[in-house]
Amino acid sequence: MPTLDLKRKLAILSDAAKYDASCASSAGVKRDSRGGKGVGSTDGGMGICHAYAPDGRCISLLKILLTNFCVYDCAYCVNRVSSNVTRARFSVKEVCDLTLGFYKRNYIEGLFLSSGIIRSADYTMEEMVRVARELREVHDFRGYIHLKLIPEASPALVNQAALYADRVSINIELPRDESLTRLAPDKDIGGIKKAMGAVRLGVEAGQEKGRKARPAKFAPAGQSTQMIVGTDAASDGEILKRSESLYGAYHLKRVYYSAFSPIPDSAARLPLARPPLVREHRLYQADWLMRFYGFARVEIVGEAEDLDLDIDPKLAWALRNRGDFPVDLNTAEREPMLRVPGLGVRSVDRMLGVRRIKALRLEDVRRISRRIDKLKPFIVTADWTPGPLTDSADLRARLTPAASQMSLF
Amino acid sequence: MQVVRLASETDFAGWREAARSLRAHRIPPDETLWTVEGDDGLFAETPRAPTAEARPFRVPREFVELASAAILHRCDDRFALLYRILWRLEREPYVLRVADADGDKARDYARGVSKAVHKMKAFVRFREVAAEDDAEAYVAWFEPAHRVTEIVAPFFMGRFANMRFSLLTPDACAHWDLKDLVFTAGADPADAPKEDALEDYWRTYYASIFNPARLKVGAMQKEMPKRYWRNLPEARLIPDLIARAERRTTAMVARAPSTPSRRVMRAALRNSRDAPYDGQALTSLEAVMAGVHVCRRCDLWRDATQGVTGEGAPHARLMFVGEQPGDQEDLAGRPFVGPAGQMFDKALAEAGVPRERTYVTNAVKHFKHEPRGKRRIHKTPSTREVTACRWWLDNERRIVRPKVIVALGATAALSVTSKPVTVAKSRQQALQLSDHAQGVVTYHPSFLLRAPDPETKARAYAEFVQDLKFAWKLSG
Repeated sequence: MPTLDLKRKLAILSDAAKYDASCASSAGVKRDSRGGKGVGSTDGGMGICHAYAPDGRCISLLKILLTNFCVYDCAYCVNRVSSNVTRARFSVKEVCDLTLGFYKRNYIEGLFLSSGIIRSADYTMEEMVRVARELREVHDFRGYIHLKLIPEASPALVNQAALYADRVSINIELPRDESLTRLAPDKDIGGIKKAMGAVRLGVEAGQEKGRKARPAKFAPAGQSTQMIVGTDAASDGEILKRSESLYGAYHLKRVYYSAFSPIPDSAARLPLARPPLVREHRLYQADWLMRFYGFARVEIVGEAEDLDLDIDPKLAWALRNRGDFPVDLNTAEREPMLRVPGLGVRSVDRMLGVRRIKALRLEDVRRISRRIDKLKPFIVTADWTPGPLTDSADLRARLTPAASQMSLF
Repeated sequence: MQVVRLASETDFAGWREAARSLRAHRIPPDETLWTVEGDDGLFAETPRAPTAEARPFRVPREFVELASAAILHRCDDRFALLYRILWRLEREPYVLRVADADGDKARDYARGVSKAVHKMKAFVRFREVAAEDDAEAYVAWFEPAHRVTEIVAPFFMGRFANMRFSLLTPDACAHWDLKDLVFTAGADPADAPKEDALEDYWRTYYASIFNPARLKVGAMQKEMPKRYWRNLPEARLIPDLIARAERRTTAMVARAPSTPSRRVMRAALRNSRDAPYDGQALTSLEAVMAGVHVCRRCDLWRDATQGVTGEGAPHARLMFVGEQPGDQEDLAGRPFVGPAGQMFDKALAEAGVPRERTYVTNAVKHFKHEPRGKRRIHKTPSTREVTACRWWLDNERRIVRPKVIVALGATAALSVTSKPVTVAKSRQQALQLSDHAQGVVTYHPSFLLRAPDPETKARAYAEFVQDLKFAWKLSG
C-alpha cells in the first residue's frame, strides 16, 4: 500500500468523522496554561466555535478518526468494513502534532478523537488513550479533549480515557434496538448501555463531596451520545422517548440528533435521499423543551406520532392546549410563562424583573422579546387581551411561517 | 458647554471620573461634550470639570458593568449616552430595569461588544514567526468589530502562557513575552506575517469536515459574518465549497451502492449474534447471567441498562430475593448496591448475618421505572413481568439450592411463593415452599427508607433485623 502524506490522511480521516454531529467544547472545569509548560485553557462554560462550515455547523474541535479501518459492518457508516472508501491511519504523534499546531494558531479548542475498530475493541481504545495521555502528560495540553468510547473495551481502559478526557461519548446510533441489530450487527445494545451506566457512576464518584481522597476528575464535562434520524421507521415520539430514557438513566449532557446523510458508497439497505434537516431541527427543539422548559415528552408528542414539521413543537403544544392561554404576563408564575410560544428563558427572566417595578404593557414586551405578533394571541398585558384571537380557527395558519427558499449564495 | 477630553477611545476610568464629577456638580447631559485626546475639535482648551465640593453618590452595580462594556463600542455617541443614563439614574433609579430607549441602546452596545469579544476569541488566527532562540513565537492580525483588544488579550495570555505572541489590531496591539502583557498603539496589516505552513492543513480540514448534503449558508453567515472573512485563512474556500455542494450531493445520491466482497460477508456472518435463550433449564449461574443479559421475555429490557442477576455464595444456605434493581443497581450491574442496599447491609450487620455467605438476588432482573424530569422513578413490576422473570429466579433457586429463602417485600413474596402475600401478616413464619426450601417474608429495605416518621421507621427497622436473625437461625 502506498504511504499517504499527512495532508491526504487528514482529508480522509476528517471526512470520515464528519457524520458525528457533536463538536461542543463546553467544559466542566476552568483551567489555563499558567504555571504549566504547554498551552490550553477551558473556561468552564460554553466553549468557542472557531469557524463555521457552509453546512452551518460549528467547528470547535479537530474532529478526526484515528483510523477509518474498521472490522464492523454498520450499514449507515461510511467506514464499515464492506465499504470501498480509501483507508488511512494516523500515528499517535501525527494526531498530537496536528492538535497542538492547530491549537497554537487558535483554529480549535481541542481534539475530538474517534476511531474505527481495528483488531479488537481494547486495542483500539488503548491507541486512543495513548493519544490523550501523550497530549496531557508529555505536552501538558490543557485544551479540550473529547474521546469516543468503544463500548466493548475493558472498564480499566474506559476509566483511563475518562481521566484524560473532558467529555466522553458512546453513540446509541439508532432509536430502535431492533434496528441496531439489523443495521449494525456487530454492535451490542446491552454493551452500549452498560458502558454509559459505568460512565455515569464514574462521573458521580468524581463529583462526590466530603470524601477525603477526592478521586481524579472523571470526564468533568460528562457524556453525550448521538442518534441517527431517518434510517429506520422510528417515529419522532419513539426517538424522543429514547432520549428521555437516556437522559434519565445516564445523565447525558446532550443527545445529538443526526439526520441521516447520504454517504459515499452507501449500503443498499439505506434511503438514498437528502437528509431530513427540518425534522432534525424539530427534534432539537423538542429536546430543548424537555431539558430547559419543563415539558414532559408525552406533552410534546405521543409515542407513535411525529412532530409537526411546519411549526415548532412549543407552538404546536400551545395550539393544542389553548385552554391554558392567554397567560397574564403580570401575574403568572415563571413556569407557565416559559410555556408561551415565543418566550425564552432570558425574556421571561427580564419580564419578571421589570414587573417588580411596573406593570408590563405591550410596548415593554415588544422591547424585550421583539416577536410581538407571534406572542399576542397567547398573552395578556396591562393594555392587551387577545379576546377571541386565542381560540380563532385560523390561528395556526396565521402563525405558520411561509416556506422559505434556500438562499443562494 | 462643558467639554471632557478622555485619554483614549477606551478610557473607561477617565470617563467614570469625569462623569462622577459632572453629575456631582449638576452639569446636565445636554451641556456636556465628550471628546478623545487627539481629536482636534473646536473646544481644544476646555479644562475638566472642577472636582471640589463634589457630593458622593451611588449607582447600581449593573450600570457600572453595562457602561464598562458599552464604552468599547465604536459608536461615537456612547460617552454622552452613558452620561445621560447616569444623570437620569438620580431621578429614575429603575431606568435600566424597565424598557427604555436609552437603556435599550446601551444594552445593545454592550451586547455588540460582548459579541465582538467572543468573535475575537474565536477568529484570531496566529501565524508562526521565526524567533531568536528556539522558543516559538506567533503573530496575528485581527480587526475586531469593537475596541475589545485590551479586554480580550488576557484570555490569550491564559491560554498561551508558554508561547510568545503578538496580537495586532488597528486600535491597539498586545504583546506577551512569557512574563508581561504589554500594549502598544494600533498597527497595520503589513506588520503581520503573510502565511503559515499549517494553514493549508487547516483548509484541508475545513473542506473535509464540511458535509455538502447539509448546505446551510445562512446559518454559517449568521455566526461567521463576512466582515471577518478577510482575516480567516479558511474563508477563501467557501464560495467554491458552496458552488460544488449541490453537484457532489447529487452524484453521491445517484451512485448505486457497491457490493461488498465475499470475504466481508463471511466475516459478518461469523460475527452476527443470536440470543442464546432456548428454554432449557440452566446448570450454572454464569449461564443465568448470560441469559438475563439477552432476555426478552418481557419489555423491561428496553429502558434498562442491563439485567442484574444475583450474587453471593454459589451454594448459600440463605437466599435473599428483593423486588428489582434500582437506579444504581441498573448502572452497576449488581444487586443491592444503592441506598436500599446500604440499609440492607446495615441491618445484616446488626443481625450478625454475613452477606458474603448468602446469595442476594431479585424477583425481576431489569429496572422498571418511568422518567420524571431528569430522573428515573421506580415503578412496581406487574404480575405479568414477575411471572415472566420467575424463569430466572427458579433457575437460580435450583442451582444454589438454599435452605431458606427470604422474600423482601410483597413483589418478592409473590414471586417466591407464587401467590399474593401480605407482608405484615406473614412475618416470623417458616413457609413451606415447593422446592423443599423454607420461605420467610419480611419488609423490603426501601420500605424502611420511605417510612413516614422516625418512630415507624425505628420500629420497622427493629422488626426487619429480628426477621433477618430468624431466617439466619432457620438456615443454620
